[in-house]
Amino acid sequence: MMLSDFPLWPEQASSVAGNVDALFIFMCVVCGGVSLLTFIVIFTLAIKYRRRPDNELAQDQEPPGWLEAGWIILPFFIFMVMFVWGAWVYFRLQRVPDDALDVYATGKQWMWKFQHPTGQREINELHVPVNRPVRITMASEDVIHSLFFPAFRTKMDVLPNRYRAMWFKATKVGRYHIFCAEYCGTLHSGMIGWVDVMEPTDYQRWLAGGPEGSLASQGEKLFQKYACNTCHTNDATGRGPVLIGLYGKPVELSDNRIVTADDNYIRESILNPTAKVVKGFSPIMPTFQGQVNEDDLIKLLAYVKSLGAQKTFVPEVQSQQKVQEHSGSPLNPGALPNEGKP
Amino acid sequence: MTTATLHDVRFIEPEKTRNYINHDYGIFSWLLTRDHKRIAILYLFSVTIMFILGGFFAMMMRIELLTPEGDVLTSDTYNKFFTLHGVVMIFFFLIPVIPAVLGNFILPIMLGAKDLAFPRINLLSWYLYIIAAAVGLYVIIVGGVDTGWTFYTPFSTQYSNTHVLGTTFAGFVAGFSSILTGLNFMVTIHRMRAPGLTWYRLPLFVWSMYATSIVQLLATPVLAITLVMLMFERFFGVGIFDPALGGDPVLFQHMFWFYSHPAVYIMILPAMGVASEVVAAFTRKKIFGYKFVAFSSLAIAFLGFLVWAHHLFVAGISVYSALIFAFLSYFVAVPSAIKVFNWTATLYKASVSWQTPMLYILGFIGLFTIGGVTGLFLAALGLDIHVTDTYFVVAHFHYVMVGGVVMAYLAGIHYWWPKITGRMYPEWWARLAALLVFVGFNLTFLPQFVLGYLGMPRRYHAYAPEFQVLNVMSSAGASVLAVGYALPLFYLIWSLKGSRKAGPNPWGAVGLEWATTSPPPKENFHETPVVTWEAYDYPQFLAAMGETQNV
Repeated sequence: MMLSDFPLWPEQASSVAGNVDALFIFMCVVCGGVSLLTFIVIFTLAIKYRRRPDNELAQDQEPPGWLEAGWIILPFFIFMVMFVWGAWVYFRLQRVPDDALDVYATGKQWMWKFQHPTGQREINELHVPVNRPVRITMASEDVIHSLFFPAFRTKMDVLPNRYRAMWFKATKVGRYHIFCAEYCGTLHSGMIGWVDVMEPTDYQRWLAGGPEGSLASQGEKLFQKYACNTCHTNDATGRGPVLIGLYGKPVELSDNRIVTADDNYIRESILNPTAKVVKGFSPIMPTFQGQVNEDDLIKLLAYVKSLGAQKTFVPEVQSQQKVQEHSGSPLNPGALPNEGKP
Repeated sequence: MTTATLHDVRFIEPEKTRNYINHDYGIFSWLLTRDHKRIAILYLFSVTIMFILGGFFAMMMRIELLTPEGDVLTSDTYNKFFTLHGVVMIFFFLIPVIPAVLGNFILPIMLGAKDLAFPRINLLSWYLYIIAAAVGLYVIIVGGVDTGWTFYTPFSTQYSNTHVLGTTFAGFVAGFSSILTGLNFMVTIHRMRAPGLTWYRLPLFVWSMYATSIVQLLATPVLAITLVMLMFERFFGVGIFDPALGGDPVLFQHMFWFYSHPAVYIMILPAMGVASEVVAAFTRKKIFGYKFVAFSSLAIAFLGFLVWAHHLFVAGISVYSALIFAFLSYFVAVPSAIKVFNWTATLYKASVSWQTPMLYILGFIGLFTIGGVTGLFLAALGLDIHVTDTYFVVAHFHYVMVGGVVMAYLAGIHYWWPKITGRMYPEWWARLAALLVFVGFNLTFLPQFVLGYLGMPRRYHAYAPEFQVLNVMSSAGASVLAVGYALPLFYLIWSLKGSRKAGPNPWGAVGLEWATTSPPPKENFHETPVVTWEAYDYPQFLAAMGETQNV
């Protein structure tokens, strides 16, 4: 067998992979070194003091206090270095850069579905540009899955009851594994795919083959199909709150709590509308649990996000124009969530 | 009064006496016994059968994983096999093995007691184990279960079409067996110590069993609650964990690991106790830093309750929870490190015998150390994101559970075999088996660390072709390991008739169990022993033995 078929180190293809690997090597050196030293001491002592006629009984030694203190304090100090370093890498893995490109993922027994804001849909295949942060907003249609990119050194469990977001910045063009890392039933080991990291120009060409219009425009169609627009009108006359400029902003609820209108708030407001009712409105909206599937939820979310692109509420006439401008055009949603936050 | 010499205590010719084995005959004298030693033998049979069963599932998995394609077993069968391997090995082997077999037999004798505090409850706990095992076997026969031993929701409550209810019921019942054993040990240690046997004179095995019983008593009820909730959701559709019913799937993971992480210490603490006994006996020396080793067991039992969410770093907990649980996880590593360093230091100026129990314990220290330090990798948050749910985790916990617990159990079985049966085991066969186990184990699980870092997820029936070489190595190691585990089964049975008789104290070890005949009489001691020696104090012990001989 060729040596190239037998890798001993995973591909390093993301901006954090180097950080994770450096920590791993540090851990190997420290832990390996201390373990090896311990084994050498054990074997040296066990051989040197092996039982002979002249040492049938051992000499008892009382432990000097500093020795016990030493091997309590010293390991603890080393452990704290590991903790801090681990936490630092963890923060790098958690903090999504502001300029991230959005991708939506749905886990389902047993496939990965990806949707791009520009409308492309893929199954078990994900195309991303190199050197650009990508944020994946994801949920599961059934059981818990886990989206794992070994070459990017990151993974995150995909839950059936809420959106979670992970990110990576691929640094090397190529094709890398996607695995499901959380056991999910019969074909768990078949819930795999490939991430294609492309040159920006190739990526643009790939995007150009887009179908059906953007995710937000598909969401707008659903918004009409489910008759959301009869209550959520563009002016304050509707029975439901106006959604324009909503995304990412604080919302005051009927119980005076203030929550941020983020992905999970919008998801919950569709599936379980009475959980958080906006102040001044009555809990009259029916639930869409079981009627809107995960793919459509993502489209509706993209549409609501696109409505939120404006910085503040504006008079209704202008706002309608804005909406029309937005629907159908590719989004730049990466910058959205932070806008309008106090 | 004279002081006995080491030679005296080791080679006193055993008298023809009535002992716990020959004082009564007939199947019901065993099945209805209240003698802790006979119950230990009942457990020995039961856990051995379960170990063989769990091992069979493991071997089938290793055969399947020889090739990247899923070809030997179907996906569903493979999923059932790894689930059953986990369920059988954890609930029916690792958790009961050392407490219920070695602890049951040796703990009351170490305390100078006639039996455990509640002999009938002790028998009840074996029957509960057998009921649970019978339900488990029924599940296997009628089609098995495929949720993984972790029963994650909503897969287990809503999506699996296999026998989840039966399996969780078996786990539920087995839990009560474990609770009752813990309760029995705790009361016995408090109430039934021989005159003179103060807390600081207790063998370290007793300290570790005490720490274990705390965890059994406090953590296992949470498992029972969790499994009942799971059964209610699956059977009655009560929405607790399933989001479709308004539940939270991550809540299940919190509750499950609130038991199952401390359960790791239910398994490893007794193993550490065996290690302390064997190290003391085969170095003929006091354990270095006795009090540190004793209290580190309690520290592990306590801290073990505070780290459960380190299983959930990618599962959906907040950044702050992750930080706190990672931080606390490093704390629990400290008492484990204390133990390893103290065992090592005990070897200094010792009289080290390289007999089989010591070989196993040297192996145990090495493998447990590797298992422990790889736990440090997993507690490093940024690293855990990459390696969690991969073979790195599989390798890590097998180093602790198999390299740790099973090695220590084998050490204990060999160490106390002369006491349990009155016969020595064949030394060279035993050394060969110990070597095979050590080599086979490392060959099986070292490659899995590499596989995990490469990114091979666990619980995969088929895998990417570049992982094959390491998987073949692992499967080859598993077959060596299987031979290593099978050997003792044969030579230990053979030794019952063919081997030479052991005196009361063949190792020249210190402890009350070595101050009575082998096998011990039904009531353990012919007269109530009085303890005048500190733990593992050779001169004082020999002086005491000299007195009893001259009486």
